[in-house]
Amino acid sequence: MSEPQIAADTRPWRDPARQPFIEIRNITKRFGDFTAVNDVSLGIHRGELFCLLGGSGCGKSTLLRMLAGFETPTEGAILIDGQDMGRVPPDRRPTNMMFQSYALFPHMTVEKNVAYGLLREGMSRREAYARAAEMLKMVKLESFGRRKPHQLSGGQRQRVALARALIKQPKVLLLDEPLGALDKKLREETQFELIRIQETLGVTFIVVTHDQDEAMTLATRIGVMRDGVIEQVGEPREIYENPKSRFVADFIGSVNLFEATVEAAAPDMMRLACPDAGGAVLVPPQTGLTRGQTVWGALRPERITLSRDRPDSARNVLRGTVEDVGYVGHMSTFRVVLDTGRMIRVTEPNNLREGKPISWDERVWASFRPEAFKVLTE
Amino acid sequence: MSAAPGNPLTRSAPWRGTARVFGWLGISGRTLVIAIPMLWLLVFFLVPFFVLGRISLAEAIIARPPYTPLWERDADGTLQIIATLENYRWLMEDRLYANAYLSSIRIAVVSTIFALLIGYPMAYFIARSPEPRRSILLLLVILPFWTSFLLRVYAWMGFLRREGVINNFLIWAGVIDSPLTMLQTDFAVYIGIVYTYLPFMILPLYANLTKLDDAHLEAAADLGASPMVTFFTVTLPLSLPGIVAGSMLVFIPAIGEYVIPALLGGPDTLMIGRVLWDEFFSSRDWPVASAVAIVMLVLVVAPIMWLQSVQNRRELK
Repeated sequence: MSEPQIAADTRPWRDPARQPFIEIRNITKRFGDFTAVNDVSLGIHRGELFCLLGGSGCGKSTLLRMLAGFETPTEGAILIDGQDMGRVPPDRRPTNMMFQSYALFPHMTVEKNVAYGLLREGMSRREAYARAAEMLKMVKLESFGRRKPHQLSGGQRQRVALARALIKQPKVLLLDEPLGALDKKLREETQFELIRIQETLGVTFIVVTHDQDEAMTLATRIGVMRDGVIEQVGEPREIYENPKSRFVADFIGSVNLFEATVEAAAPDMMRLACPDAGGAVLVPPQTGLTRGQTVWGALRPERITLSRDRPDSARNVLRGTVEDVGYVGHMSTFRVVLDTGRMIRVTEPNNLREGKPISWDERVWASFRPEAFKVLTE
Repeated sequence: MSAAPGNPLTRSAPWRGTARVFGWLGISGRTLVIAIPMLWLLVFFLVPFFVLGRISLAEAIIARPPYTPLWERDADGTLQIIATLENYRWLMEDRLYANAYLSSIRIAVVSTIFALLIGYPMAYFIARSPEPRRSILLLLVILPFWTSFLLRVYAWMGFLRREGVINNFLIWAGVIDSPLTMLQTDFAVYIGIVYTYLPFMILPLYANLTKLDDAHLEAAADLGASPMVTFFTVTLPLSLPGIVAGSMLVFIPAIGEYVIPALLGGPDTLMIGRVLWDEFFSSRDWPVASAVAIVMLVLVVAPIMWLQSVQNRRELK
């Protein structure tokens, strides 16, 4: 894939020679006979906003807690800025954490909560409170310093938690589901607020989330986790467009998955036998595949075009009947039952269509380009 | 009033009848539920309090009952109310009473502090223990209540005597040459009170400390607080309600304690419970004894009401 190379220093992970800022080396964590994190290795660079994405119980929070020092790895090592964190207790680590529950001290005012970290360093009260006031200004809560946490709304508490975690200017900020407790609209606003703050301060953020939209919006890179293992690491676009496995393809966004067999490699096109799709599917030639091998094809719903007449130019065309149409404002989602009996999902933006929209029970052609059919071996 | 079928909360037939009767009288179920404890307090606290208050205003006479009536009819039939504050003046004049009050307060305060110092780590340890062990430890705290309180105080006498377990052990171990005098001292009283009321300190503290959120402790550690600093800046302030409740439950019974100072204390251990006993049964001066009781009640209730109002104000804030 050729993607535009922007200024190299904004994407240090693209340079394999660059030493990562945080090195996670073969980390394993077992609780009794349950393995929460299984031999994970990961490098995160300075200034990144890295998202650990996965369902509940995938080990993402355990990994974050090991970075903070609340859990000790069973095996492996964590290095931050070249320093081994092995025996460093949480109160001596250059990390700070924003907790999922925010964990604001209920008996302290907002400014005391925010200044807490500085006072522990032995800073004078006057300076600590002055800095806390500055921090509160950055999260737009300058007039709330004297309130107690229970007098704030959920969104305000979230910002206090962020201010408190950032005030010591940690090398790494760990965020556990930072937006999980907010409602949808507030969450979207706060996502961009988080990015703004991260870019202003240049602190490395590691965010744990189960929300793929959140990860896609926030992250410079995403690590998709399942069963204690990182399935794939990459930029949001890379993860979405070129998932490595069926799990990643299915977890990020919605996808139509087909089972297929490698049939023949023509010089310019490779042919897959895909009974579910009603015959052969043409894809760009790929290395590492042998004839007769079972593979899977991932086809994003927005990569499929529906039409009443058979398109002439398309290489891959399927025939089916529209079973269901969902109108979602900016786009429509279709459920099309192919003649093979297989159901596929198709989405189309509503501004493209001219004339009478395709409706229930219509016979349609579903076509897609060869590149749209991503071949997966896992 | 037709009941919806299948609703488990629907009243059964006899209740419905009762409710209707009370309904005619203008009494709702809610009033009824509150009325029972109110009635209890009225009969067993407020009425005896007024009886005491009335006796404290009388004069002692040799009669049965041993105090003057509250009112008398004169020869011409006018009603005369006889009340005197003489007994309260007497309490103020005789240093014995002031000393007894002060000494009681001192013993109760010291005992409460020691109960807190011993009870807090125990409550903390129990609250932080994993579940099966936690129940066993809690049971062990409550276990002494299954034996008689008097028996347990007598057991302490056996420990603290000159030829008791502790002295014998210390002499055997070569720590001391001659036995220590522990029984019939204030020290023995402190031991008795702290031992007896320790569970009342532990249980409210435990209830408070189990609610402590691990995330708060982790947040403190994350922000650079050592375990010690975390304890003093987070755990301790958050457990303040438990400390107040436990201290009240120890302080209030300790201040009026009679049995423990009588059995373990010496002749110079002056506590108000003992003065009260002497006035009632030795001097048979019921009016002075009542005045002593009323003053003690005021001394105990006033700080509690103040604390309550402070706490309410804090919660409202």
